Amino acid sequence: MPSGAIPILKLGSTLLATIQIDLHDTVVDSFQNDVLEEIERTGSNGLIIDISALETVDSYVARMLANTGKMAKLMGTDTVIVGMRPAVAATLVRMGYYMEGIETALSLEEGLQLHANRLKQLHPPE
Amino acid sequence: MEEIRIEREADIVAVRQRVRELTKEYRFDQFEVAALTTAASELSRNVWVHAQRGIARIVVLHNGKKVGLELEFVDHGPGIADLNRALAGGFSTSKSLGLGLSGTKRLVDEFDIDTEVGRGTKIVVRKWKKEF
Repeated sequence: MPSGAIPILKLGSTLLATIQIDLHDTVVDSFQNDVLEEIERTGSNGLIIDISALETVDSYVARMLANTGKMAKLMGTDTVIVGMRPAVAATLVRMGYYMEGIETALSLEEGLQLHANRLKQLHPPE
Repeated sequence: MEEIRIEREADIVAVRQRVRELTKEYRFDQFEVAALTTAASELSRNVWVHAQRGIARIVVLHNGKKVGLELEFVDHGPGIADLNRALAGGFSTSKSLGLGLSGTKRLVDEFDIDTEVGRGTKIVVRKWKKEF
């Protein structure tokens, strides 16, 4: 069962995880496991991680987010990170971290749209 | 000056939160707040991961009209054997990207490090608020 520190909701075929708290490393670690288990349990083919509430993303959290996306990808699920604040983006790039290989979107709406478009490509209407 | 002991993982969050409160109280802009809280997070984690205990000191600096924040981290852990490599980046340990020190250095205006193998490490960083 998810440890529940970070809520993970199912929206259609997409999982939405909204990070609203200042993250302890142990919360970060359990979140990664929770989200992968939820992907398997729900059979979701899209994952959105909303970080719009996060004022600080240090290198540890950034790596965790990127790795979660890579792990989800191995399972067959695409990840979009949405809502990164301007100061967070500036700080990560100044530190030399570019979140390579991770898809991002400005907002939750855009993230959902990205998943919807991908699903349409996978299953084009007859 | 304020001191926060680092002896549990949760203390990383405590240091980060106190730095965030002070930077907001002194009206640093959002980019400066993020830079300082991230630097505080990286350096506290270094203490926790490598030395398990240490002290964070936070000082508000005043120099004429200029306001800045100084963060000092002291531990008696293993020290850093290859400082040049650690500062060059890409030197990854178990819990970092290898960007802890090199990345932090790019976020602040001043960065001083004093380390000795077997004795410990002291890092002092300062960042000044931009004046307009």
